Amino acid sequence: MPSTRVVVTGLGTTSPVGGDVASTWQALLSGTSGIAHLTDEWVEQLPVRIGGRVAVEPSEVLERVKARRLDRSSQFAMVAADQAWADAGLDGAGLEPERLGVAVASGIGGVTTLLENYDALLQKGARRVSPLAVPMLMPNAPAANVSLKYGARAAVHAPTSACASGNEAIAMAVDLIRLGRADVVIAGGTEAAIHPLPMAAFANMMALSKNAADPTTVSRPWDTARDGFVLGEGGAVLVLESEEHARARGARAYAEVRGAGISNDAHDIAQPDPEGRGGTRAIAMALREGDVDPASVVHVNAHATSTPKGDIAEGLMLHAVLGQHVDRCVVTSTKSMTGHLLGGAGALEAVATVMALHDRVSPPTINLDDLDPEVELDIPTSRRDLPQGDIVALNNSFGFGGANVAVAFGSL
Amino acid sequence: MATTEEIRADLADIVNEVAGVDADDVQLDKSFVDDLDVDSLSMVEVVVAAEEKFGVTIPDDEVKNLKTVGDAVAYIERAQG
Repeated sequence: MPSTRVVVTGLGTTSPVGGDVASTWQALLSGTSGIAHLTDEWVEQLPVRIGGRVAVEPSEVLERVKARRLDRSSQFAMVAADQAWADAGLDGAGLEPERLGVAVASGIGGVTTLLENYDALLQKGARRVSPLAVPMLMPNAPAANVSLKYGARAAVHAPTSACASGNEAIAMAVDLIRLGRADVVIAGGTEAAIHPLPMAAFANMMALSKNAADPTTVSRPWDTARDGFVLGEGGAVLVLESEEHARARGARAYAEVRGAGISNDAHDIAQPDPEGRGGTRAIAMALREGDVDPASVVHVNAHATSTPKGDIAEGLMLHAVLGQHVDRCVVTSTKSMTGHLLGGAGALEAVATVMALHDRVSPPTINLDDLDPEVELDIPTSRRDLPQGDIVALNNSFGFGGANVAVAFGSL
Repeated sequence: MATTEEIRADLADIVNEVAGVDADDVQLDKSFVDDLDVDSLSMVEVVVAAEEKFGVTIPDDEVKNLKTVGDAVAYIERAQG
């Protein structure tokens, strides 16, 4: 069992259902969807015209001149990091910069910056390509900008594992602290990929739902009528800290990170292993690392994106790892409300998992009208209280390339 | 032909847009780097926007000679001439 305990001392997010943690959490508990018709003019040419835009535009929060030098994905990361930093009480806390790290991921990087500059190149010529394009679009731009803002001079990472990236960043942050490479790590994920090219690409690979019904009903994990995910955008950040460091400065902690597990399917570049073997190993690894009794796992924020195969595979994983205890486990997919934030998903769902432990309540899964008979899980459709005592909650994320990341959080 | 003051005012709007400098501070005697805190990448953005606005070409080799707002305005006036 790892000796260094790691706690969560700060949270931040800007999501399709709220501009901060409090509004996002209330929206999730009340089953509010952040999915709507997109109003961009380019949407008419696409087979999919819905998505989860952030509830609060970053331009309403960030200084204009700073924002124009940041890709939208970095803007989300900055908004979330600013909130998490303040929430953790780190202003004036006198952190040693050399002991402060960052692990902020995205799945695709600054794709809108890349494509807008390509448009400028084609339409107006090479001279019109922004001199800021590279530092804006590079995949480590969100992490680097957070490090610049807060003077983080320990390791600054940007792990990429597609839709598992945000969760992998959290797992990496835990490692940095346990290996003694940092005392505090700003960890999370972000994505801003609501642009016609990634949307067309996801639609053409049949990953996105083409359901033309009421947009709020299209993301429907585990429902028999599910037919693909809905793209969302946003970012989320957690401040992770060694318990010793948090205690020494009198910080409030929401939850503990018990353990993390990372594995790969090596099965297919895009499809999940239909039996969920890789995910099973990741979840088992997270529990083993945290010395977690499966009986204490009472909540799972599932990856469940509303795709036909993935949602079933995740159920198999939970049965394989938790055995009979799966019956006591309240499972949710907050993607039913937020859509899928790709590299931001694991981080936003980590915030929701930590809040669920802290408030001892699970958000519902909405749009679950007819549970797929191949899924044998307890998935409430309205908020459900979690038990008192020492409890553990899992946050699962899986990504193209076969990535599987599970993080186990414990109540305090 | 635009007057010197018209060029200065349009350039000031560009510097404001790119670097957030108050347009009223963008006066002919001000140094882009030392007075207005315009960094090298922002300067490239200002130059490209100025090329479009004023219909001129400002080669990269010239940019290092444009130390003050007055240098830039004078260059643009000559190039337009």
